[in-house]
Amino acid sequence: MDKVVNQKAWLLVLPVFAVVAFSAIIPLMTVVNYSLQDTFGNNQFFWNGVGWFKELLDPSTDLGGRFFASLWRNLFFSAVILAIEVPLGIVIALSMPRQGWTVAACLVILALPLLIPWNVVGTIWQIFGRPDIGLLGYTLNSLGINYNYVSNEFDAWATVIVMDVWHWTSLVALLCYAGLKSIPDAYYQAAQIDGASRWAVFTAIQLPKMHRVLLIAVLLRFMDSFMIYTEPFVLTGGGPGNSTTFISIELVKIALGQFDLGKAAALSLVYNLIILIVCWVFYTVMTNAGAERPPKEGIA
Amino acid sequence: MARIDLVDLAHSYGGNDAAPESFALKPVTMTWRQGGAYALLGPSGCGKTTLLNLISGIITPSRGEILFDGVDVTPLSTQKRNIAQVFQFPVIYDTMTVGQNLAFPLRNRGVPRAEIDARVAEIARLLDLTHDLNRKATRLTADAKQKISLGRGLVRADVAAILFDEPLTVIDPELKWQLRSKLKALHRELDLTMIYVTHDQTEALTFADTVVVMHDGRVVQSGTPAELFEKPAHTFVGYFIGSPGMNIVPAEVSGREARIGGHVIALNRNYGQLPADARIEVGVRPEFVDVTTPTPDLLSAKIERIDDLGRIRFARVRVGDAKFAARVPAGFSISDGVAGLKFDPAHVHVYADSRLVEGTA
Repeated sequence: MDKVVNQKAWLLVLPVFAVVAFSAIIPLMTVVNYSLQDTFGNNQFFWNGVGWFKELLDPSTDLGGRFFASLWRNLFFSAVILAIEVPLGIVIALSMPRQGWTVAACLVILALPLLIPWNVVGTIWQIFGRPDIGLLGYTLNSLGINYNYVSNEFDAWATVIVMDVWHWTSLVALLCYAGLKSIPDAYYQAAQIDGASRWAVFTAIQLPKMHRVLLIAVLLRFMDSFMIYTEPFVLTGGGPGNSTTFISIELVKIALGQFDLGKAAALSLVYNLIILIVCWVFYTVMTNAGAERPPKEGIA
Repeated sequence: MARIDLVDLAHSYGGNDAAPESFALKPVTMTWRQGGAYALLGPSGCGKTTLLNLISGIITPSRGEILFDGVDVTPLSTQKRNIAQVFQFPVIYDTMTVGQNLAFPLRNRGVPRAEIDARVAEIARLLDLTHDLNRKATRLTADAKQKISLGRGLVRADVAAILFDEPLTVIDPELKWQLRSKLKALHRELDLTMIYVTHDQTEALTFADTVVVMHDGRVVQSGTPAELFEKPAHTFVGYFIGSPGMNIVPAEVSGREARIGGHVIALNRNYGQLPADARIEVGVRPEFVDVTTPTPDLLSAKIERIDDLGRIRFARVRVGDAKFAARVPAGFSISDGVAGLKFDPAHVHVYADSRLVEGTA
């Protein structure tokens, strides 16, 4: 086959190059540039090689200590919210109606938290939890529970987690509901014929059929929770102490608070790399899960 | 194993208050005898799947009763009815192996382990699944998956009946034959009541000893394949069964004569008093009409084309506005486009408003 030579095609490709260069490549290379140098402003740069990275990955230094502490906080936070949101989302999806006007009502109610901007969510819970005027904080304290998310680490963590569950469980529930709706009636009928119990229907039909959407839900929720910034920043500002300071909050403190551009650049590159690696792992797992199916798939 | 009686059974998806004509299944009273091999035959949307799902309990009837051996099971759930059903498309449990899939109905009912293993091995042998027993069911082809579905239907030995809802739709034609003969063999061996829903007349006629034909929510005829062929109780049966279908033409009938387009055809029986306002038609299968050389005493027809089916030839002819299919006797060659039609009076039936009129001898 003869290749068609058409130099005009460059006209279509070049704008994309330009856009990607300005939106991704140049900013990224700027960050790489910062991460290898030290600066005190005035556009004066001093070569530092991999110094920042060495410091970052060494827990005994100040930078490394802060990085690892916030990384473990982040991982713990993601693990906790996944452990709550995924089962809760499944339960909500299972208990949703299948047909009738109540379906639309449920979907709207579930979608509401997803539509609220992040910093508004933070503000809502900040006020909601205040012991003096907040409905939640005041009620808990009136009941004799000493609740104060500003001064108590456990209360701060609990509030951040409940806030995230409130904000994002709907996403898991909606994805699971979509997965459940796609199961043909014949499966449920066959299970009835086979005498399956409610639990057997769940483990033999519903859970396996939901496993793809669940993978997507876990991926999305992991990524989002790993990158969380706005809500805890508005709610606790990373406190009390550093107890709810996640990586992104730490990053902003270093970059904008201390104006340590080199350290911040190194931290953001490592942060970015972690997310890329986790993404890649999830992607591989998901595509492999698809490849297990035989090439000749029936109508079912 | 049970006799199944349907008493005035009817169902509407729009509820009991829906107009009688909109019922998916119009009131039916009939008996399925223990050990029978039944085929439920009809076009798509005629209510055959509805009837099947009513018997298995997947849907609850709007009215009427279902009796298993005289016991009313209408309010019972599917689980309690002890019935097996195989669906049109394969249903397999993704996480289980083939063997676990087959064992699932038994396991749910708390059958002892040893008995389960024996039953599963037996069914796997019958369906040639023995080598795949330990494989994950999701990795098999659609054919094999449907065999698993069939196997789950057959695995319980004590069921009241096994219902098949067009189970061979996704199966290759060659395997279809094998599986159908297997089902027949199983039926003879196990003495089970089997009800087999299909829209394919060949499938129905080869599988069943009683074929129940449904049309527009009604059971229009129930009988042996021969009865359906020779004496259709409804013009729909005549048309739907047989290839080509029965010739049905409007006619005037009085006594032992039918008049089609001014030509008189002799009838075997006497049809004295036909309802005056009914639509009267005459039906005769193409196998009982011969094309011959035109003579004045035969109904003359214009030949439009000849269909050669190999073993037999049928002529497509036109009489006035009516179209006929008629047998071309072996060795007969058509000289020009006009032929005479010779009817076999014993097989000419009279229909009033689509229903067979018996007549008197």
